[in-house]
Amino acid sequence: MHESREHLQTLTEIRSLMERSSKFLSLSGLSGVSAGIVALAGAVVVYNRFRWQTLLPAPYGNRITSQLYGSDRTFLIIMAVAVLALALLFGVYFTIRKAHRQGLSVWNNSSRQLLRSMAVPLLAGGIFCLALLSYNLIWLALPSTLIFYGLALVSGSKHTLRDVESLGYCEIGLGLLTLFWPSYSLLAWATGFGLLHISYGLAMYFKYERNTA
Amino acid sequence: MNQQLLANFNKAFESKARLSIMSVLMVNDWLSFNAFKELLGLTDGNLATHLRALEEAGFVSVQKQFVGRKPNTTYTATDAGRQAFTEHLNALEAFIRGI
Repeated sequence: MHESREHLQTLTEIRSLMERSSKFLSLSGLSGVSAGIVALAGAVVVYNRFRWQTLLPAPYGNRITSQLYGSDRTFLIIMAVAVLALALLFGVYFTIRKAHRQGLSVWNNSSRQLLRSMAVPLLAGGIFCLALLSYNLIWLALPSTLIFYGLALVSGSKHTLRDVESLGYCEIGLGLLTLFWPSYSLLAWATGFGLLHISYGLAMYFKYERNTA
Repeated sequence: MNQQLLANFNKAFESKARLSIMSVLMVNDWLSFNAFKELLGLTDGNLATHLRALEEAGFVSVQKQFVGRKPNTTYTATDAGRQAFTEHLNALEAFIRGI
């Protein structure tokens, strides 16, 4: 009896080894929440400067979309970079904190695989959106960031918590829908990067972390 | 009956360390020596002995290369290793069902 319990313990350990070695499980739900808050704040700042009209496509009678002033474009790019940098900073911080609590290293085989599988859609999408921006197609660039980010999540989900996959599908769906209702592109962007991240992050936090934190 | 099942157990996988090494290699294309060390919490010597035994059995293949000046050794499960390990698991399963 005693011996069989020992064998069972061995099996449980091996199963956990297999999961830990192939999946990066230190991704924190709080990373998602903080990234979402940063994105929402960014969206509010952009909204205050441009109002909805600015982001409408040219066929809808918007005078600025077809000729975005240089300073406006610089402002948008600076905002995008600032949001990305802050979201990454907080995201990495909470994930490192969780890995420390689990007694695991952050930079290992599985985190490298996760980053590698996300890098291709993210880089391709980033360059694609820069090109759209250079043509002043902001109403197209916003949903495109959602679509490519969603693709990166779906592709990365093989190497981390499985739940990331469903978040990816939501982002892709939202981005595609927005292509047909471009007047809502800023709102959709705030929903995808803000609200979805926050709700996903909270769900993950309560599912995996609350007991251990 | 049990005698026959035991014959299918593979001696190469009898220790917990080797079971763990093969299990991890089944779900990863390759893994470095240091990754194994971190994952399994074994000493260098102990880990190297187990890996060499699996290598000699032809179940694991070793690739050595240099990253800058540091040697970097990575391990992959061979096809023979994957098959032998699967058969070993099947034998274990059959044995447990028989109890």
